[in-house]
Amino acid sequence: MALLTCENAAFAYDGKLCVEGLNFEVNAGDYLCIVGENGSGKSTLIKGILNLKQPVSGRVYAGDNLHVTEIGYLPQQTAVSKDFPASVFEVVLSGRLNSRGLLPFYSKRDKEIANENISKLKIENLRNECYRELSGGQQQRALLARALCATKKLLLLDEPTSGLDPAASNELYGIIRQLNRENKITIIMVSHDIHGAIGFASHILHLRSRQLFYGTKEDYINSEAGKKFLRRAGEDDGFLVF
Amino acid sequence: MMDFWFFSDLVRMFEYPFIQRTVIVGALVSLCAALLGVSLVLKRYAMIGSGLSNVGFASLAMASAFNLGKTPLRVAIPVVVLAAFLLLRISESSKIKGDSAVALISTSSLAIGSIVIASTTGMNTDVCNYLFGSLLAMSMEDVWLSISLSVVVITLFVVFYNKIFAVTFDETFAAATGSKTGIYNMIIAFLTAITIVVGMRLMGTMLISSLVVFPALTSMRLCKKFSTVTICSAVVSFVCFFIGIVLSFRHDIPAGASIVIVDVAAFIIFSAVSMVGVATGLYKKVFGKQKLGRFL
Repeated sequence: MALLTCENAAFAYDGKLCVEGLNFEVNAGDYLCIVGENGSGKSTLIKGILNLKQPVSGRVYAGDNLHVTEIGYLPQQTAVSKDFPASVFEVVLSGRLNSRGLLPFYSKRDKEIANENISKLKIENLRNECYRELSGGQQQRALLARALCATKKLLLLDEPTSGLDPAASNELYGIIRQLNRENKITIIMVSHDIHGAIGFASHILHLRSRQLFYGTKEDYINSEAGKKFLRRAGEDDGFLVF
Repeated sequence: MMDFWFFSDLVRMFEYPFIQRTVIVGALVSLCAALLGVSLVLKRYAMIGSGLSNVGFASLAMASAFNLGKTPLRVAIPVVVLAAFLLLRISESSKIKGDSAVALISTSSLAIGSIVIASTTGMNTDVCNYLFGSLLAMSMEDVWLSISLSVVVITLFVVFYNKIFAVTFDETFAAATGSKTGIYNMIIAFLTAITIVVGMRLMGTMLISSLVVFPALTSMRLCKKFSTVTICSAVVSFVCFFIGIVLSFRHDIPAGASIVIVDVAAFIIFSAVSMVGVATGLYKKVFGKQKLGRFL
């Protein structure tokens, strides 16, 4: 059974349909990259996957013993979290909250898990540093460690490299691939940095207010939608560089 | 000798029962306000205190106008709690943002309050005390009510500390991983409302939000962790309150104003220490990798 299934789902904002015809499934070990331009419905779909927004038709459901609250989520950074006085450890530990239920305090085991994930992302030296004083790449690592505290199976990453320089982006992509290959964590990533993002992906979901393409990366590169999008993105990249 | 005078003054001061009452209630309220303040300031809700206290003012005015018993707190608490929930609802619907929602509720209730006062008792000392606070405001019944409410606030804050942190730091993540963020936001609003009502008789409706804002901002100058910011603001708040009350008694100035001025002084001192520390690199040396740094 698939970890996550989307059956003919459609989402709307204020009664206005913004993405429809979503049919895909994510299996354990997959690395799904969701691509599309701004306003194509990517963020809405993320909210749908996280159960923060209900579909107007169709359904989105988790299987394979995955509960929706066990999705490790790496959100886009908000203005509040950027100047927040908190240590890296406090931030990472807060990822254990979903396993606490109504219990008020973290257990010793929770703290161990937080420390394990801090080591996994090689930020032990930043453990007691103030989150707001870290570089963008270091902040993303801390948030990724927090996301890992919330899940053992599925990570959902929303534009993980936005605001990072190319070196830090590549490093982050490397970490994500490692988590996917070595720790067998399923990845769903949203990105508009198409080349960087699809490099390691196994599956692609292309949105433009509806589902343009879903399938493996190889099929996508040879598909009509894929060719067009990759060429356009290539031109955009060229434009940025020169 | 100076110290001795100060000490004897203190002893003399505490012989007055009204001062004892004020200090007990004030200390508890400063503690509650400081704890909640950290979260409110970071959630960009710093002015919620001022908004809710205006609602409190309106309900106190109503209570005295219509003679609703001798403990107006009992009228004010449910009204202000309701207003806090309403405020949350309005800003969650996202058509009206937090600061505008606060301005709406705050000014409209101030208007209602002043109309009620003008058409009944008129501007008198009681009204002035509501606005700027008074050491004499507390009756014995108020004191017991305030103490039990403060204990409730502090207990709930401690129990929900980790959830409050998660909801403040990143509400989307907390919601995505299954925390009922709506409920925790309501708990924060509820605790804030109670703290404001209990504190506003002493501080005055015009000045109560300083108790929420100053300690948090002051301790954020130096502390870098959520836990230490919280503890530090509780300490700063308590110390400033105490010094403020003593000054108020000695120099016969309004208690609320005197406490705020001490808070301002603390803020300036902390900012200066932080600036000097960063400029000279001392900060890194003292607070960097050493034990103190790990604590802060």
